[in-house]
Amino acid sequence: MTTTAGPADVLLRMSGITKRFPGVVALDDVRLEVRAGEVHVLLGENGAGKSTLMKILGGAYHADAGMIELKGREVKITSPRDALDLGIAVIYQEFNLVAQLSVMENVFMGREPRIPGRPGVIDWARMRRETAAILKELDLPIDPARQVGKLGVAQQQMVEIARSVSASADVVVMDEPTSALTDHEIIQLFRVVKQLQARGAGVIYISHRLEEVPQVGSTVTVLRDGRYVDTVPASTPIPDLIRLMVGRDLTKQYPKELVEPGAEVLRVEHLERRGVLRDASFSVRAGEILGIAGLVGAGRTELVRAIFGADHLDSGRIFVDGKQVAVHHPVDAIRAGIGLLPEDRKTQGLVLLLSIAENISMASPGDVSRRGFLDMRKVAARARGFVESLRIRTPSVHRLARSLSGGTQQKVVLAKWLASRSRVLIFDEPTRGIDVGAKVEVYQLMTTLVQQGAAIVMVSSELPEVLGMSDRVLVMRGGSIVAELAGDEINQERILAAAMGQEHVVAA
Amino acid sequence: MSSQPEPVAVAPGPEERRNWTEIAFQLGALLGLILLVAIFALSSPSFLTTGNLAGIARQTSVNALLALGMLVVILTGGIDLSVGAVLALAMVVLAMVITKAGLDQSIGMVAALAVGAALGVGNGLLLTRLHLPHPFISTLGMMNIARGAALVITGGASISALGGGIVKFIGNDEILLGSGDGAVSIPIMLFVVVLAYVAFYFFLNRTVVGRHIYATGGNPEAARLSGVPVDRILVLVYTISGLMAGLAAVVLAGRTDSGYPNAGLGFELDAISACIIGGTSFFGGVGTVSGTLIGALIMGVLRNGLNIMSVDTNWQTVVIGSVIIAAVYVDVLRRRAGQSR
Repeated sequence: MTTTAGPADVLLRMSGITKRFPGVVALDDVRLEVRAGEVHVLLGENGAGKSTLMKILGGAYHADAGMIELKGREVKITSPRDALDLGIAVIYQEFNLVAQLSVMENVFMGREPRIPGRPGVIDWARMRRETAAILKELDLPIDPARQVGKLGVAQQQMVEIARSVSASADVVVMDEPTSALTDHEIIQLFRVVKQLQARGAGVIYISHRLEEVPQVGSTVTVLRDGRYVDTVPASTPIPDLIRLMVGRDLTKQYPKELVEPGAEVLRVEHLERRGVLRDASFSVRAGEILGIAGLVGAGRTELVRAIFGADHLDSGRIFVDGKQVAVHHPVDAIRAGIGLLPEDRKTQGLVLLLSIAENISMASPGDVSRRGFLDMRKVAARARGFVESLRIRTPSVHRLARSLSGGTQQKVVLAKWLASRSRVLIFDEPTRGIDVGAKVEVYQLMTTLVQQGAAIVMVSSELPEVLGMSDRVLVMRGGSIVAELAGDEINQERILAAAMGQEHVVAA
Repeated sequence: MSSQPEPVAVAPGPEERRNWTEIAFQLGALLGLILLVAIFALSSPSFLTTGNLAGIARQTSVNALLALGMLVVILTGGIDLSVGAVLALAMVVLAMVITKAGLDQSIGMVAALAVGAALGVGNGLLLTRLHLPHPFISTLGMMNIARGAALVITGGASISALGGGIVKFIGNDEILLGSGDGAVSIPIMLFVVVLAYVAFYFFLNRTVVGRHIYATGGNPEAARLSGVPVDRILVLVYTISGLMAGLAAVVLAGRTDSGYPNAGLGFELDAISACIIGGTSFFGGVGTVSGTLIGALIMGVLRNGLNIMSVDTNWQTVVIGSVIIAAVYVDVLRRRAGQSR
C-alpha cells in the first residue's frame, strides 16, 4: 500500500510557513512534504495549526512567511481560485456545495463545459456524461442529476471528492472527513481515498481518530502548538503518536485540587426533546466539576443549552438549590444563577463590536443602572475589578471584545457570569481554540471557582481535559446519558467504550 | 514554547492604527460636510445667509427625523422600507382628524404618532412572530399597505387648510432670537430635531435598552444567551422607527399646512442614505447618532447647494447616488482594515 518514493516524487513541499494572528502565533516555521500517491496524515491536538496550514494551502489565508513548492516549482497561492488552478482541492468540514443544484453542476461548478461555437451555453450532455464517468470510476452509485441537498452527508462528501477528481487535482486535502460518517460510510470513504491514491494524487488527511491512521495513511506529520514536530511512517504505534502530539507530561497541565463537595446546586430530571435528548437526569454539587463526554453529535451541547433555556425542552424538570425553576428563556436560567460559556465564544458568547466592560455587564445590567440608565462609571469600575481578579490581559476595559485572543475572550465571558452571580457555570468546550498556556489559566480559574463553592458542568471533546479536571464524568450517546463514572472509574477506556456504545456502564 | 504564558492579548501597534482609521472615518464624514459647505459658500454668496441656513434646516428636518428611526433599525441589522408610506398615512390621518372630525390639532398630532407607532409594532410582529425571513419583506409589504390605505381613505385627494395649533407651531413657526438687525429667526422644527437627536444619543449610549440594541445587532445569539430579550428589542426598534415617521408627518403637515397621500415618496431611501453616509453598517451593531446627523446634513446641504448653483434636479439625484456609493466604499475599506488583522 505504502509506495516507497524517492525525493523526485515530492509533489508538494511547504517550508518555513509562519502565520500570526493578533496575539497568537498560529504557525511557526512549519514544513510539510507530500509525495505523489501517498496519504499523508496531519496529526495534532486542537489548535496545533493543522487547519490553519491547510487554509494557507487552499488560499483562504496568506502565510506571513514561507514557501510552497508544487512538483519542484515555487508557487504563489493568494486565493482559493489560485489553489484550484494549481490542482489543489481542499474539502472542508463544512462542504462548499450548492444544495439546490444537481450533482453534476456542483462537480463542474466554475468549469462548466460549453457547447463549442456557442459562447456561454452549457453542454449539459457532456457534463452529465463526464460526471457519470467520474462517479463510475470512483464506484459511487449516485445519479448526476440528483439534487445535492437530497443526498446524505457521506454522499455529499463523495460529490466533493468527485469534484476534486474532475478538476484533476494533484493534491486533495480532507479535513476530518469521517467525523460525521457511520462505520459503513467510512469504509466507502477509505475505498475512494485508495482510488485517489492509485491515480497518483497526494492526499492530505486530517483526523482526530488515531485508529484511522494505520488504516488509511502512509505517512504522518505531527504538529504541536503551531510547530512542526516530526514526520513518521503511519505504522508508528499509536502511543508513540500520542507522545509526539502532546509532547509533555499531561498531569501537570491540569491544576486539579480536591474540594469537599457541598450541597446539591443543580439537578435535572427526565429532560426530553424529541430526536435530541432522551430521559437525561443528573445533579451537580457545590465544589464539584462534572464532566460530560461523548462523541460529536451525542447531544452534550444540546443538553446544556436546553438546561440554560437556549433551546426548547419537550418535558423534564430543573431544580436549583432544591427548588424547581421553569426555564423557558435564558433570562430564567440567569435569574436562577446559571451561566453558560458557549463552545463558540465569537458567535455565541460575546458581542465582538462592544467593549469588554459592556460585555461583562450584559447579563446583569440592573446592578449598574438606575431606571434603565446605565452608570458608565460603574460599568467600567466593575469590569476593572474582573480584569484584575481574572487577570484579563487588556490595556483598557473599553477595548472591543474583538481585539482579544481566545483565552482572554473566554475570561470575559466568565466575568459576565460572575457579575450576574451565577453559581452553576456550564463550560461548553472551555478551551477550544485557546492557546496551550491560556488553557492552563482557564483550568486554574475553574479550580478556584469550585473552591469558592461554584458548581461546574464541563462539556468537552478533549479526553485529557475530561480526565484531568472532572470529579465525576457523564458519558452521552444518542441523546442519552449512558454512563456515570466517578473516582477510579474515570479512564479513557471506559469513557470511549461508553461513548461508542461498546459497553453499558450502569450509573453508580 | 508551551510553558510560556499567553502572549499579551492586544498588540498595541495594529490596535492604535485601527483606532486612527476609525477616527479618520468618523471625521471623514464631518470633513466632507465642512468641505461641501466651504465649496458652496465660496461659489455662492447667498449660501451662508441665515435665511438659506434656516431653509436647509427646514428641508433637512423630515429626513433627519426619519433617519434617526432608521438608524435604530439598521443597528439591529434590519431595514424599514415603510417609513415614507407610514409618514403619508399618519399625515392624512392627522389632516382628517383636524378637518373632517374637527378636532384640535393636538389630537391630530397624537393620532399621527399613534398611527406611526402602531404600524411599527406591526412591522416588528411580522418579523418576530410570523418569522418572515427578512425585514426587507415585511416592511416592503407594510409600505404598500400604508400607501394604499392613505390613498383609500383620502380618495387620492390632498387635504389642506389645517388651521392653527400645535402642528402649525411645530412645522411652520419660528422663534426670533436677538433683536434689531442681528436678529435670527429659528424654525421651531429645528428645536424638535435637536431635541430628538439629544434624546436618541442618551437613549442609545446610556440606557440598558439602547445598549441591548447594539448587542442585538452585533451578535443576536450572544445577546440572547446573555438574557437580552432580542424579540422585544426588535419589536421596539420598528416601533421607534414608525413613531419617528409619525413625528416627521407632524412636521411635514405643519410645514405644508396639509396632508396628502403621495407624501414621503422615496423618503425611506433618503433616510437609509443618511444613515449609511454617516457610517452605519448594514450588518448591524455599528452606527452613531452623530454620524447619522452628519449624513442627513450632507444630503440636505448637497441638495440646497446644488439648487443654489442651479444644477438640474436630475443631475442632483446622480450626485447623491455617487455620494452614497463613495460613503459605502469608505465603509468597505474600514471593514477590510479591521479584518486584515
